[in-house]
Amino acid sequence: MTVPATVAELVRQFRANGRIVIVGASLAGLRAAEALRAEGFTGSVTIIGDEPYEPYDRPPLSKQVLKGWVPADHTKLPRLREVNAQWRLGVTATGLDRAAKQVRLADGEQIPYDRLLIATGTRARQWPNPDEAALEGVYSLRSRDDAAQLQKALAAPPSRVVVIGAGFIGSEVASVCRELDLPVTVVERGSAPLVGALGGVIGEIAAEMHRDHGVDLRCGLGVSSLEGDSGGHVRRAHLSDGTTVDADVVVASLGSIRNVEWLEGAGLASGFWGVGCDAGGRAFDINGVVTDSIYVAGDVARSPHVLYEYQFLAMEHWDNAVLGAEAAAHNMVNLEPHYRPHLLLPGFWSGQFGLNIKSVGVPPFGDEIVFTQGSVKERRFAAAYGRRGRIVAAVAFDHGKWLEYYGKLIEQSGPFPPPPPGWDHPPDMKPIPAEFPQPGVPTAIPDVVLTGHDPSERGAEFRPRPR
Amino acid sequence: MVEETPWQQALRYANRANPYPFYEELRRTPVARQPDGSYVVSTYREVVQLLHDPRVTSDQRKRPDTPSNPFEATIITEDPSEHDVDRRRMMRHFAPPECPQTIADFEPEIRRVFGELLNDMKGKTRVDFVDEFAFPGPVTVICKVLGVPLESIPRFHGWIEAALDGLDFGPEANDPEQQRRTAAVPDQVAEFRQFLAGLIDQYRKQPGPGMFSGMVNDGGPEGLSQQSIVRNAMLMLFAGHETTVNLIAHSVLNLLRHPDQLEKLRRRPELIVPGVEELLRFESSVQFWPTRSALEDIEIAGTTIPKGAPIFLAYGSANRDPERFENPDRLDLERPDNQHVGYSQGIHYCFGAPLARLEAQTAVGEFVRRVQNPRLVEDPPPYRRNQIFRGPRHVWVDIDGIRD
Repeated sequence: MTVPATVAELVRQFRANGRIVIVGASLAGLRAAEALRAEGFTGSVTIIGDEPYEPYDRPPLSKQVLKGWVPADHTKLPRLREVNAQWRLGVTATGLDRAAKQVRLADGEQIPYDRLLIATGTRARQWPNPDEAALEGVYSLRSRDDAAQLQKALAAPPSRVVVIGAGFIGSEVASVCRELDLPVTVVERGSAPLVGALGGVIGEIAAEMHRDHGVDLRCGLGVSSLEGDSGGHVRRAHLSDGTTVDADVVVASLGSIRNVEWLEGAGLASGFWGVGCDAGGRAFDINGVVTDSIYVAGDVARSPHVLYEYQFLAMEHWDNAVLGAEAAAHNMVNLEPHYRPHLLLPGFWSGQFGLNIKSVGVPPFGDEIVFTQGSVKERRFAAAYGRRGRIVAAVAFDHGKWLEYYGKLIEQSGPFPPPPPGWDHPPDMKPIPAEFPQPGVPTAIPDVVLTGHDPSERGAEFRPRPR
Repeated sequence: MVEETPWQQALRYANRANPYPFYEELRRTPVARQPDGSYVVSTYREVVQLLHDPRVTSDQRKRPDTPSNPFEATIITEDPSEHDVDRRRMMRHFAPPECPQTIADFEPEIRRVFGELLNDMKGKTRVDFVDEFAFPGPVTVICKVLGVPLESIPRFHGWIEAALDGLDFGPEANDPEQQRRTAAVPDQVAEFRQFLAGLIDQYRKQPGPGMFSGMVNDGGPEGLSQQSIVRNAMLMLFAGHETTVNLIAHSVLNLLRHPDQLEKLRRRPELIVPGVEELLRFESSVQFWPTRSALEDIEIAGTTIPKGAPIFLAYGSANRDPERFENPDRLDLERPDNQHVGYSQGIHYCFGAPLARLEAQTAVGEFVRRVQNPRLVEDPPPYRRNQIFRGPRHVWVDIDGIRD
């Protein structure tokens, strides 16, 4: 048999009888499994999830579920097709043995694979002081259980809620509290809400929104400690300016941590920012060499984006999970030259204070912003972000139907400022600094060192610095 | 004689039943300049792009030539911010967030209306599915939604028909016969307006059921002016059934032309939802929209649409673009990724689409379930004159009976 014929036969056999393991039973994991079946893969699919639940949808958790409109257990994701998978739910993956091609589970079992998809996502960063985090009334919001508990606490109702951190989750929680007519204090270290994602100019608008809706917003401040009562229930938050806020519910919305610990020692390019992979979802090993059998998708994936100077971007967006999973699944059952890139123009949405916020592109990649449509005063507008004369992102407040226009400009590396709209433009269309904070110094990246003397032996390994 | 462009040929009445071969020719030039200086956009990508381009206006007052249009100064001929505010003022009496239940609450009524129309056919062997089904269903529903007395249907139906017959965008616009029809339009529109102004006055004095009464008696800070209410009421009463009539008529016609698809739908009734989307793609209820124009020079698909030029976005052609839809001329009720532009996109996306979809799903679903052995009598059937709201005048069908 010729080499190509042999390869074709191997592909055929793999599609018929291969073993694929997906770690992560969430949106990306489920959509990947469905895509594998759609691609005609008839081998075994095993899906491992640390929660006891079938994959569910997260966007409703911080909105409809918290408001009490929808119970937390009614967020199960619809199935697009039969996946015919072996589900291993309620058990955590604890290790990866690449040589033996096995995933180790917390219950001691080893699951063999021919191809592996890592879709372990992120988890909520907990309040750093474990004793304080354990107080009753202290919550974070990431999972279905988190949402169910927090919803119950908000329905109690509490006398005041303190939200630590005014990113998207924190802002949405604050918004829900106001809709439920609960007094709420938001404490944000940055100069305004949403500054990390959308910059200081938009952050100022978000801050006004909070205040107009009766949120007690305290920016430029941190929470130094939480104080509980003798019954172990949180009662007070101490702020970094020496003031205190009495509250019986505290929501720590401190961002997310990527679930990569289980990959320690596996020799993959994984760390604080996620698991590095190419634009086709193929994981890099620690040397920066692409692997053949390991793929990454969803929040935990970090891949170069052609539009953003090939920077490695990790995107915690809903459509990134879906489309990244589909691309990875396609590539898992195909060979070059039939690989497909995952070249998503990032986008996200949020609902808060009765308003729809949407964005396309990567706003923090820009350094300038220009308001192009609508009225900031009326809080219905579109604005574009630019960098060196090129449009790189756009954001819309109650103006989402226009984002397609900006998306097209971004994809085509259109000019910044963009061509002006024909009507409804703000009086002043001058670009101004977008005011993103300087990128912080990552705190937990392990050091990588080169090993070996002979060029043929050169390799890399992690040498975490003792902290 | 100068040769006609593919667009002009597509607009000829003789080609009303099948403009698609001309659309195909048209798409070879995605943005095609016409002899009158207008630009016709016929490919999916370009249509979608311009639907989201804020340099494209829908407001005809901003054009150098201001053509007359019965729908002037309504939400479909306004730009933001005017458009956004007026649309919101109307939407709050129809749909979420303020009225999340309106459409869903109408479902039993819709089912009853179409069910009775089918009951009325019992004992017949030949039925006109336009006059006896596709027209009376949607018009009854929209009257109830808006609060228009059912007795007045024959009156406004006449005005609307005459106004539609008088609007011609094709090369036959200057024919003497057509000129006579066009000359009749202003009187018909005036009578239609007068009728609605009277009805709305009545609701102002005594509130009743339906959206019109809600809009007139909206105590909120964002109330609409009397004139604006009347103009938009005309738009809603007209657009609220006209396009659905053609959709249902075309759906019956096309299912009978594709017996395999009809059979598939009979065996798998759950396909009605994707099926109606495909029927919408296959014969767009609105074939194109004529009120847009360029506020700046717009470069697109290798052409520059100059500032001030009228732009026709040809939805009917975009929905058959093979660059976007595989085998576009095939009716496939299970077509994947069917993001057609049958209801447009962007800020002018059809306001009533959720209601229209529910009506079409109910009507077509019940047709498939209940009508026994339907056979087309005449193919192609006679068509109505209008090019935008394109649809058959009659769809005669021989049937064996109506199931319960």
